[in-house]
Amino acid sequence: MTKLRKKSHFRWLFLALLLALLPAAVYAQAEPITDDEVNEVAQDVYCPVCESTPLDVCPTAACADWRELIRTKLSEGQSRDEILEYFARQYGDGVLANPPRRGASLVILWILPLLLVLVGLLLFSRLLRGLRRPTAAAPPPRPKSTTGDPALDDYISRVEKEVDE
Amino acid sequence: MIADIGYLTLLTAFFCAVYAVVAAAYGARSGDDRWVRSARNALIATFPLLLLAAGLVITALLTGDFSIAYVSQVSSRGMPTYLKVTALWGGQAGSLLFWNVLLSAFTAAAMLSKWRQQKELMPYVIIVSGMTQVFFLLVSTFLEDPFTRNLVIPADGNGLNPLLRHPGMIIHPPMLYLGFVGFTIPFSFAMAALMSNQMSDNWIHTTRRWTLVAWLFLGLGLILGGRWAYDVLGWGGYWGWDPVENASFMPWLAGTAFLHSVMIQEKMRMFKMWNMFLVVLTYCLVILGTFVVRSGVISSVHAFAQSAIGPFFFGFIVIMFTFSAYWITKRRDSLRSENALASYLSREAAFLYNNFLIIAILGVVFLFTYYPILSELFTGEKGFVGPPVYERALAPLFAALVLLMGVAPLTMWYRTSIQRLGRAVLWPAVGSTAFVVVLFILGVRLWPALLGFWLVSFSAVLTILEFTKGTRARMRKGESPWTAFTTLMARNRRRYGGYWIHMGVLIMAFGIVADGIYQSETQIRLQAGESITLGDFEMRFNSVSRFPGADDLLITKADVDLFKNGKLVRTLTPQIELYQRTGQPMTIPSARSTITEDFYVILVNWEPTTADAATFRIFLNPLINWIWTGGLVFVMGTLIAAWPEREKVPVRARRPAAAVAGD
Repeated sequence: MTKLRKKSHFRWLFLALLLALLPAAVYAQAEPITDDEVNEVAQDVYCPVCESTPLDVCPTAACADWRELIRTKLSEGQSRDEILEYFARQYGDGVLANPPRRGASLVILWILPLLLVLVGLLLFSRLLRGLRRPTAAAPPPRPKSTTGDPALDDYISRVEKEVDE
Repeated sequence: MIADIGYLTLLTAFFCAVYAVVAAAYGARSGDDRWVRSARNALIATFPLLLLAAGLVITALLTGDFSIAYVSQVSSRGMPTYLKVTALWGGQAGSLLFWNVLLSAFTAAAMLSKWRQQKELMPYVIIVSGMTQVFFLLVSTFLEDPFTRNLVIPADGNGLNPLLRHPGMIIHPPMLYLGFVGFTIPFSFAMAALMSNQMSDNWIHTTRRWTLVAWLFLGLGLILGGRWAYDVLGWGGYWGWDPVENASFMPWLAGTAFLHSVMIQEKMRMFKMWNMFLVVLTYCLVILGTFVVRSGVISSVHAFAQSAIGPFFFGFIVIMFTFSAYWITKRRDSLRSENALASYLSREAAFLYNNFLIIAILGVVFLFTYYPILSELFTGEKGFVGPPVYERALAPLFAALVLLMGVAPLTMWYRTSIQRLGRAVLWPAVGSTAFVVVLFILGVRLWPALLGFWLVSFSAVLTILEFTKGTRARMRKGESPWTAFTTLMARNRRRYGGYWIHMGVLIMAFGIVADGIYQSETQIRLQAGESITLGDFEMRFNSVSRFPGADDLLITKADVDLFKNGKLVRTLTPQIELYQRTGQPMTIPSARSTITEDFYVILVNWEPTTADAATFRIFLNPLINWIWTGGLVFVMGTLIAAWPEREKVPVRARRPAAAVAGD
């Protein structure tokens, strides 16, 4: 318990320090956000107008504005996830390449496929079992005996027969 | 003038097709052969009529007859002649007409070549393929008439969509359409077999080559589409899980499943019902694919294809699906398997696993592609599934399929012992593991890449061994290695064509794994004379120039020097092409392409105000050429498998002559 409190004291101290230094940090930020850092976030965003074109390659002016918005947010110190969450809240989950696991996407993209896979496997195994039970009275045809050499499979023996012709 | 003759021609074709369906149905019912023959002639007649209609559209495009709305939509005076011709499929109405031409060509060819052999099936083949033709002519004649006139004749047309002014895009749609249309033939024969109650494997043998050819064109269309995306869309990739791409990928998947599972029916007389279902599924996916491509129901980069013909397509799919379901149910007794599955380790079981995996992939792609619609339907909010989700969901399924591709050919019909299989895979497994260890030592450390490379190399070794095994069996009889190898393939085209296809897919898979995991990229703003380093490459930005191109084009071209390990290897010229009339920009990448990697650069931005600075995006795509190379092997394999075999009789007749020549 004391340990924890000690830790939190540290945190507060750290935070206060950080706050004190913040204005300095903003001015001192020599490294601007690079295009690569912006693209890293933008590639998983699809603006609602240019559907199927990820934000990082979309040439429209609107998408350029969104990229600048990402740059601003990154320079404010927001994380990738925070920025993606911001876009989802503003414009709906449809702008994200990875639909968040909630609402329609949870049902349609997770629960439904899992159910389908289960049903599929069940049907498939039943089919396999059903097939193993003979359906016709006639016994299944045995493939014609091979050359007797197990290393030669059926088609090799066929090939050889063909050459012998 | 052209518009009147054209529309009349279309209308005549439509009534011919309607007559063909009605006459064939009456002929089949009454047993009067004259009606069937008349129906056949009417259906065949749609081909020259539609060819004439298409010729008239092309004439109007070439002469710049802007009184026709379609001509003014997709062409302009300044366009080069070849683009005016290909503008036939550059827009909605023209594409549908083109679809109609191809469909009538396919059905006419099937009628003429199979008429004698398949007398009993023919009335029903005419009914089913005729129904498809009637539907598409209905759309072309009454909804998307390419001969509609402009109220006011414009001085010049809008010009072809810039995205379509690329060689890849000129041949890509015809390939896809040929693939789409081709699947109508196996579907018609399958339905004809059901309707005439001729439940032998006859329809499968008859349409095998048709199916393969349709499948080849569809595959070729997909590969060309990927190449086009890589060369023109300028995002460094070749496949984006775009709804329109998926719409053509899905029938290809269903066709792949079908091509595999028919072999079980031919060999073991099993899964007849399943094969029928796969044919119906492929056909429905083809119609659905055309609908998605042409209607823009799911917005996509191909949104230029939008229109309101959706409900008609949807209605037609429902009708055809119900129709097929009715006949399958009606004939379910004769569709029972004649044999039982003897073992889980057998060729037929392997084909079954293959079908399960392919259908699972198809299901995932289907669900993700239509998720936006489903989501909007249930929540009112448009959802979206991006490429990363596809990749995560499909990677394990594709991995399993690659493994199966290598192992399945080792299994035997009926039953295979586990020991035998174990012996056969032991050394290839050791070999591919050694290969992956070498890759690890060379610096490949990501486990998905290592696993992917292992699977692909393992299956590739097994496939190559299939070739060597057969060749050596022939060589034991004294044939030279080359003769043994070529005769082996000539005599067993289907089997070895299939293995070549597998090799092509594996080569592609190797490239896909490498590029998917090890693609690197960067974007940077450079001053003239500045350089950027990526991998072993250094790119120096020299200058930018802006000048007008053909028609209304404004080209902004950057000039960069590419150095590898300090040595100048190539000057690249990425450009931005602006079509001023529509204001549509195209970023045309420039690439230095080798078998090991592509250095691919895009000019992202350049403003005349800061003339000496430009923004570039650079991709380093490892092994991407393997994808195109694999594509070529894939095509070659399909051609081997589909190449007509000499009829049995002429072969026997030829033999004495050959013997004489040998003496």
